[in-house]
Amino acid sequence: MSGSKEIVGKIKSVQNTRKVTRALEMVSASKIRKAQDMMQASRPYARMIRQVIGHLAHANLERPHPFTVERSEVKRVGYIVIATDRGLCGGLNNNMFRRLLGEFRGWQEKGVEVTTVIVGRKAAQFFRRLKVNISAATQDLGERPRIEDLIGSIKVVLDDFREERLDRLFISYNHFVNTMTQRATIDQLLPLPPSEEDALKQYWDYIYEPSSDALLDEFLVRYLESVVYQAALENLASEHAARMVAMKSASDNANNLIDELKLVYNKARQAAITQEISEIVGGAAAV
Amino acid sequence: MASTIHCDIVSAEAEIFSGVAAMVIVPGEEGDLGIAPRHAPLLTRLRPGQVRVILPDGEEEFYYISGGLLEIQPHVVSVLSDTAQRAGDLDEAAALKAKEEAERAISDRSAGMEVAQAQAQLAQAMAQLAALERFRKQIKR
Repeated sequence: MSGSKEIVGKIKSVQNTRKVTRALEMVSASKIRKAQDMMQASRPYARMIRQVIGHLAHANLERPHPFTVERSEVKRVGYIVIATDRGLCGGLNNNMFRRLLGEFRGWQEKGVEVTTVIVGRKAAQFFRRLKVNISAATQDLGERPRIEDLIGSIKVVLDDFREERLDRLFISYNHFVNTMTQRATIDQLLPLPPSEEDALKQYWDYIYEPSSDALLDEFLVRYLESVVYQAALENLASEHAARMVAMKSASDNANNLIDELKLVYNKARQAAITQEISEIVGGAAAV
Repeated sequence: MASTIHCDIVSAEAEIFSGVAAMVIVPGEEGDLGIAPRHAPLLTRLRPGQVRVILPDGEEEFYYISGGLLEIQPHVVSVLSDTAQRAGDLDEAAALKAKEEAERAISDRSAGMEVAQAQAQLAQAMAQLAALERFRKQIKR
């Protein structure tokens, strides 16, 4: 019965794999919750800053901030790419990278240079193979991304933009729609698209301490940081959701495999028994 | 109820305080500010320090912030606090670190370049295939 022993071994190994995938699935399921809570917690800040910027944009400023001015000629574009640190999350990262590659090719055909800022180890692994510039990188955000981890990278691109080394800035991340759906999203960060808010009904302005220019700059930087931070949180929630789904289907596949193997095993066992019986019967008949 | 002002203290990572207050005292960049209801609209930067919220019943609550921004409207005070210590040179250091990280990512490039190129080409081919697939579906329609 050497054949059936092999099958038993295979069943055992698939069962062990199933244990791992099940455990990962449950871990991710609980982490989605936490990631979603963090997303919720970071919303008030972004909302308030957006309001203030809306006011500022309507207040009479002496000159528009460079972040809000559309440049006539686009020579270089930047992408902040937010991906996961770990794998085993289905096609989450690859779907996004594929979209990005399409965009990059579009720019390169127009003769536009592409620079990336990468967040997450998977993005680093992927983009180091490509012939695109990487101006900054961040890894190991962990389960609780902190805004400090992102500040450095953001400063690099914002400085590039200020000094006209970049004419446009995009951010790409996985938008968390719900547990089953995550959408690879590419949004434009800079120049800031004009706000859709209606003009204020009556004229009023803030008292600025110190000057309105300096404050607007600070608010815009903080706003962009919060946008990037939120994208990182969304991506984290998407990562866990995608991993949960991927691991669930892996567990299901393992179940199917085990069922099939059990069937094969039983057949082999029965065939062996039948053979033994017929041998005995044959032997008895011969005597 | 004319003598209260709504106060929100938020950071990028969490909501810290939200509620009504009789007065809010914050460390403004150009001096401490005591904000009573119906304060004129004002925007300013904050120094690291303590935010004191005096509740309508006279009790006080203290929050430590490491800098941030402040918006005042007649009935709303918003403290947008930084969670991290922020200063020009600190930001610069963080930026340098990010750049170093990028250089490290690039320097690993030389290793396994052929595999990498092949993989990149594969990814591009996959993208093209996907585009073709979409195209084909459109034709069928």
